[in-house]
Amino acid sequence: MTEQIPVAIIATAQTPSYRAYEDSEPTLIMGCVNHLLTETGLERHDIGFTIAGSCDYLSGFPFAFVSNIEGVGAWPPVYESHVEMDGAWALNEAWLRLQVGDIDLALVIGSGKSSPGRPLEVFSLQTDPYVMAPLGLDPLSLAGLQARTLIDSGVATEEDFAEVVSRSRRDALDNPNAQVSGDHSVEELLAEPYLSAPLRRHDLPPISDGAAALVIAAGDRARDLADHPVWIRGLDHRIDSHHPGLRDLTRSPSTELAAAGAGVGDGPVDVAEVMANYSSEEIVLRKALGLNGSTVVNPSGGPLAAHPQMATGLIRVIEVADRIADGRAGRGVAHASSGPCLQQNLVCVLEGGEPHGKGGD
Amino acid sequence: MGRPCAVVGIGQTKYRRQAVEQSLETLVRDAAIKALDDAGMTFADIDAIVIGKAPDALEGVMMPELSLADALGAVGKPIHRVHTAGSVGASTAVTGTIMVESGRYDRVLVVCYEKQSEGNATWALSGGRSGGQGAGGTFAPWIRSYISRSGAPEHIGWQVAVKDRLNALKNPNAHLHIADISIEKVKESPMLWDPLHFLESCPSSDGAAAIVLGSEEVAKAAPTKPAWIISHAKRTEFGSFPGRDTVRPQAGVDCSAELYRKAGITDPLRQIDCAEIYVPFSWYEPMWLEGHDIAPVGEGWKLTDSGATALDGSFPVNPSGGVLSSNPIGASGLIRCLEAANQVRGTAGEYQVDGAKVALGHAYGGAAQYFAMWIVSSEMNPSFT
Repeated sequence: MTEQIPVAIIATAQTPSYRAYEDSEPTLIMGCVNHLLTETGLERHDIGFTIAGSCDYLSGFPFAFVSNIEGVGAWPPVYESHVEMDGAWALNEAWLRLQVGDIDLALVIGSGKSSPGRPLEVFSLQTDPYVMAPLGLDPLSLAGLQARTLIDSGVATEEDFAEVVSRSRRDALDNPNAQVSGDHSVEELLAEPYLSAPLRRHDLPPISDGAAALVIAAGDRARDLADHPVWIRGLDHRIDSHHPGLRDLTRSPSTELAAAGAGVGDGPVDVAEVMANYSSEEIVLRKALGLNGSTVVNPSGGPLAAHPQMATGLIRVIEVADRIADGRAGRGVAHASSGPCLQQNLVCVLEGGEPHGKGGD
Repeated sequence: MGRPCAVVGIGQTKYRRQAVEQSLETLVRDAAIKALDDAGMTFADIDAIVIGKAPDALEGVMMPELSLADALGAVGKPIHRVHTAGSVGASTAVTGTIMVESGRYDRVLVVCYEKQSEGNATWALSGGRSGGQGAGGTFAPWIRSYISRSGAPEHIGWQVAVKDRLNALKNPNAHLHIADISIEKVKESPMLWDPLHFLESCPSSDGAAAIVLGSEEVAKAAPTKPAWIISHAKRTEFGSFPGRDTVRPQAGVDCSAELYRKAGITDPLRQIDCAEIYVPFSWYEPMWLEGHDIAPVGEGWKLTDSGATALDGSFPVNPSGGVLSSNPIGASGLIRCLEAANQVRGTAGEYQVDGAKVALGHAYGGAAQYFAMWIVSSEMNPSFT
C-alpha cells in the first residue's frame, strides 16, 4: 500500500454495560455523541464522515439501524454510512475514508441491545443456512466444542479458563462501565456446574445493552484537537472458513494474518484488549497475537465483564486508546471478532507520541 | 483527492422471480466469477471483498459475510459488509471505491445480492411488522404531492413504466420481459397505491451483481476498457421531521451538488450522457430528475414527456430497464452503478447509448432519506465545458 496518512483517536465515549437498558438504542448513541462533541468542542457540522455499526437482528426488526440515526443527528443532512458489523469495522472504514485525504474528521459508533431477544437463538442464524442453522447450532455450543478441542489437544485446561475469568472479573472491579465483576478464586469457579461443557456460566459473556463511539482525526487536525492523540499505527482484518469442521479451532489463522498486517510484532505491546467472548477464546487469541507475559490483557475485564454486541469490539479500541492517552501504556493492541469460534477478526495497533507517515514529521 | 479508481470487471446473474435451484453461495459466486472473468482475474488476485445487501431478515441469514466467506474466496482476506437500506448497492460501490482510493487495496471485489423469494419483502420493508403499507404505501402520498405541486399530467407515470420495460427487452439479465407492454396495459393493471398501478411498481427479484474495482495501475493493465469513477457522494437525513420536504429531500439535493462539484460538472443535463437512476415506482424518474437538479424544479416531468429520457433521447434514463424491470433490493443500487459503467465502457449491448462517455449511477433508500451516487467516465480525467 501507499504511505499512510497519520490518523489518531482524539476522543472516546462509552455507556455503561446494562443488563437491560430501559430506553432506546438511539438514546444510548445520543449520549455518546453528545459527550464527544462536548469533550472536543466540535460542532456536528465539523464532522466530515460518520459511520455506525449495529445489527437489525438484535433489535428484532429490519431497518432498525435507520432509527439509530436519530441518536447521531442528521439535519442538516450528513455524510454517513452503516455497517452491519461491530463498530470496530466501522472504525476500519472510517480510517480508510480518512486515508483518501479530503476529509480529516470522522465519528465512529457501535451500538446494540441484546436484552430484547434471545441471543443464542438469534446468533445461531450466523451459521450456514442450509446445513448448520437447521440444527440449531448456537454460538455457545460451538464455543463449548472449541474449548473441548483446546483441552483435548493439550493447549489449555479448565483451570486456564477459570484463571481468565477470575482475573477478568477482578479487573472489572475498577471499570465503572462493567456489568459483571467480583473477586472469585479459581477453585470457587471450578466448583460451579457446566453449562456447555467444558464451559461454565462464568466462562460466558453477560447479555448486555450499550453503545460506544469515538472521533478520529488526520494529521495536524488531530494534534490541534487533542493533547494526547492516540495514533492508529496499523489496522487489518481477516476471515476464516465458516465451516467449523474445516478449521483448526485451537488456532485463529485470521487473527494471525490481521496481527501481521497491522504490525503487532513491530514493537512491544504494553496492553491488549481482546474480544474473547468466552474465556477459552482468550487462550487462542493470546497465541494468535503473539502476546507474551509482559502484556496486560483485558485490564477492563473484557467482554466477560461487559458485552454490548456491536459495540464490544469498538470498546476494545477505546479501552486501549484511553490507557495510551492518559499515559498508562505506550503501545497497545485492540482486537475485535465476529462469527462463531472467532471466525472473523480485526486487529488495531495504537500508539502515543508522534505519528509516522505523511506529514508526521 | 485519493488515488484514481476504476471499474475493471462487471458480472450479473439473470434476475428473476425465484432462483430456485441456486443457494445464496452459488448466487453470489455466479456474479462474482463473471466479474472476475471480465477483469481477467481469479479470486486469488483479489485483495479485499465488500458485500452489501438490504436487511438480513429478507433471507433469514444473520451477517451473511460469515457464511458466504468461502463462496466469495474471502478466507484469509478482509471482507466488509455494508447496509444502508435501499441505497446499499450504491453505498457498497462507494465503499469499495474508497478502499482503492485510500491506497490500502489495489483490487477490490464488490458483491451485492438479494434473494427476495426466501422471505416477504413487504413485511421486511414495513419494518418487520404485520399489516404494513410497504414501500409503495410510503411513497405514494409523496408522489401525489409531487403531482399536485408540479401539475404533471397522470400519463407521465405510465410513460416511464412503458419506457423502462421496453428498455428491459434489450437487456437479457432483466427480470421483467413484457413484450406487449403499453400505456393501455399499465393503465388497466390493478391500482396498488393510488396513483401507482401494479405495472408502475418494481418487481421482487432474486439476483446478484458484482464488480471488480482496480487502482490506476490495475485499470491500465486490464484486458477490457475501464470505467473511471470520477466522483462519488453520499448524504443522509432524518426520515421524518416537521417541515421535511419529502418530494425533493435536502439530502438528495446536497448529495448531487457534492457529486457534481467533485466531478467538475456544472450542467448535468448536458455534461452527463445518460443515467441509471433508482426508480422503483414510475414517478420517481421525474422526481429525481428534479431532486438531483438535472431538471429545474417543476420541469422533470416535461423532460420525461418529451421523450428525452428514452434510449434514443438526449438524456437516456435507465437504458438497462432499471429497478422497474429488476429489483433484487440489496443489489439494485450496485446494478445502477455498474450499468452506468457498462455505458461508458461500451459494453451495454443492445441498450448501449451511442457515444456515452459520462454516466451517472444512483440509489436511494429508507424514507427517501439515504442517497449514494457516482459518476463514471471513459476517461480518467475528463474535462467539462
